[in-house]
Amino acid sequence: MTQLFLEQALNGLQFGLMLFLLAAGLTLVFGIMDMINLAHGSLYMIGAYLAASVTQASGSFLVGLVAAMLGTALVGALIETSLLRRLYARNHLAQVLATFALILIANEAVRMLWGPQPVMLNAPEALAGPVTLGGFTYPAYRLLIIAVGLLIALLLWWGVTRTRVGMWVRAGASNREMTEALGVNVRWLFTAVFAAGAALCALAGALLGPLLAVQVGMGESILILAFVVIVIGGIGSMRGALVGSLLVGLVDTLGRAALPPLLRSVASPETASSLGPALASILIYLLMAGILFWRPEGLFPARS
Amino acid sequence: MGLYESSRERRGAALLTLLLLAGLPWLLQTLDQSFYISFASRVLIFALAATSLNLVIGFGGMVSFGHAAFFGAGAYAVAVLGEAGVVSAALAWPAAVAAAALLALLVGAISLRTRGVYFIMITLAFAQMAFYLVVSLKNWGGDDGLPLAGRSAFGPLDLGDDRTFYWLVLAMLALALIGLDRLAHSRFGRVIQSIRENEVRMEALGYPVFAYKLTCFVIGGALAGLAGALLVNQTGLANPNLLHWTQSGTLMVMIVLGGIGSVFGGVVGAVILLLAEEFLVHFSVHWQIGLGLVLLAVVLWAPLGIAGLIGWGRQRE
Repeated sequence: MTQLFLEQALNGLQFGLMLFLLAAGLTLVFGIMDMINLAHGSLYMIGAYLAASVTQASGSFLVGLVAAMLGTALVGALIETSLLRRLYARNHLAQVLATFALILIANEAVRMLWGPQPVMLNAPEALAGPVTLGGFTYPAYRLLIIAVGLLIALLLWWGVTRTRVGMWVRAGASNREMTEALGVNVRWLFTAVFAAGAALCALAGALLGPLLAVQVGMGESILILAFVVIVIGGIGSMRGALVGSLLVGLVDTLGRAALPPLLRSVASPETASSLGPALASILIYLLMAGILFWRPEGLFPARS
Repeated sequence: MGLYESSRERRGAALLTLLLLAGLPWLLQTLDQSFYISFASRVLIFALAATSLNLVIGFGGMVSFGHAAFFGAGAYAVAVLGEAGVVSAALAWPAAVAAAALLALLVGAISLRTRGVYFIMITLAFAQMAFYLVVSLKNWGGDDGLPLAGRSAFGPLDLGDDRTFYWLVLAMLALALIGLDRLAHSRFGRVIQSIRENEVRMEALGYPVFAYKLTCFVIGGALAGLAGALLVNQTGLANPNLLHWTQSGTLMVMIVLGGIGSVFGGVVGAVILLLAEEFLVHFSVHWQIGLGLVLLAVVLWAPLGIAGLIGWGRQRE
C-alpha cells in the first residue's frame, strides 16, 4: 500500500514537474504580452521529434536533448519574430485562431517530415532499470526526470527573482508600458523569453518522449493541461505555475489511481467501473472550475 | 449601411440562394452524384452550428472555446433517447435542445463570472469535462460513440430519404438564420451588441449585463444542440469527437473565415471549410498546411472574414 501510494505520488510529482516546464514559458508569454499561444504544445512536439532524430543519429540521448533544446529555441524565436509579434495588439480571438492555424501547420509539417507513424525515443541504457531506496523501488529514469524538473524549477526561481533579466521579466509582466518607459527593450526581451520557453518545451518533450509516444498530436493533449495549470496558478505568475503544475500533476495521477477503488467501496462494482475513470479524468477540470469560481484570477494573480 | 436598414438586394440574394440550395438535390441526381446529398446536409448542419457560435462570439462578444460541448450534448441526447426507444423527432429534438440549453445555462452561469482569457479557458475546461465524461461512460459507448439505429421519425416525413432530410435541414437552417437576423435587429440584439462594444457603459446605463450575456449564451447553446441533434441523424453516430476541443476550434475557424458578427458568416465559413476538406484532400494529403496558411492570412489581413471582404460584415467601430 505504502509502496503503491509513494510510487503514484512520485509519478504525480514527475508529471507535475514536466507540466511546469511547459507552463513556465506559457505563463510568461501570457503574462508579459497578454497573448494566448495555442502553438506552445507544437513546440513540445517539435522538441520531442528533434530529440528522437538526433538521438538516433548520434547515439547519445544527451546530445539529442541539447540539440532539441537549441533547435526548438530557434524555431520559437523565428515564430515569435515573424508572426506572433503581429498579434500582441490584437484581441484574444485573433490570437487563438492564428495559433490554432500554427498547430495545423506544425502537425502537417511534422507528418510530412517524419511520417504519420509514432517515432521511437529510448531512455539511455544506464537509466533503464529500477533503483531501490530502502525497500522502495522506482524506475531510475523517472527519478532523473524529477531531478531535472526540480533543478530547472530552482534555476528559474533564481533567474526570475535574483537576476537583472529576471527583474525586467517580472516588471514586464506587471506593467509593460512602464517597463518600456524605463528603457527596457521589452520586444527583444520577449523574443528571448519566448525562445527560452520553447527550449523548456523541448526539454519536456525529450524527457517525456521515452515514457509517452512521440507522435503527431502529442502537443495538444498536454497543452490543455498546461493551460489549466496557469489558469489555476494565476496568469503571469511563476510561483502560480509551479504550484498549479504540482497540484494538477498530483491530483490527476492520484485521482486516477485512487478514485476507482474508493468508489468501489461505496458503490456497486458496475457503477464504480463506469464512473471511476470518468470522474478521475474530469477531476482537474473540476478543480479548475472550482478555483476560478472562488478566485476568478487564479491562486497567485500577477497583477493584483 | 444603417443599423435599421435591411437592404432589399440582400434579402433578394438570400432568397435566391435558398431556392438554389433547395434545388440542389435534383441537380446532384441529374449529375448522378446523389452521394453528395448527404454531404450537403452535413455542410448545412455545420453551418447551423457555426451560426450558433457566431451568435455567442460575433454578436455577444463572448469568446467561448467550449461550444462543441453543446453541439455534442444535442447529439448524445438524441442517441441516448433513441436507445431508450424514443425515436420521435417531436420528443427527441426538443429534448436535445433543452439538454444543450441547460448545459449552456450551467456553464454560462459559472463562466460569465470571469472575463477575458479566463473565460476562454473555463469554457474550454467545461467542454473538456463533457468530452472526458462521454469518453469514459461505457453505457454511452465510451470511445466508440453511441450509434443511432435509424433517423428520427418526423411526422409523415421519411427522414431516411436523404433528399427529405436535406430539405428539412435546409428549412431549419433558414429559420435559424431568419431568427438570428430578427434577433440581431431586435432590442435584445442591440443591447447585446452594445455590451460587446462597451460592457462598462451598458452596466452604468443600468442594463442587467450578466442576464443579457447569459441569455445570449444559452440561445447559442440551444441552437448548437439542435445542430447536434441533426448531425447525429445525418451520421447515425454520436461520436465523442463531436465534443473534442478541436471541434470548438473548427467552429471558430468557420465563423472567422466566413465573417464574425455577420448573419451569414457561419454559413459561408462552414461551406468553405467543409468543401475544402472534402475536395482538397484529393490533391494532397497535406491539405491542412494550406488551410493553416489561409487561416493565418485571414486573421492577419481580413479580420472580418469573407463577409467583410464583400461588404456584408458588421461595421468596424
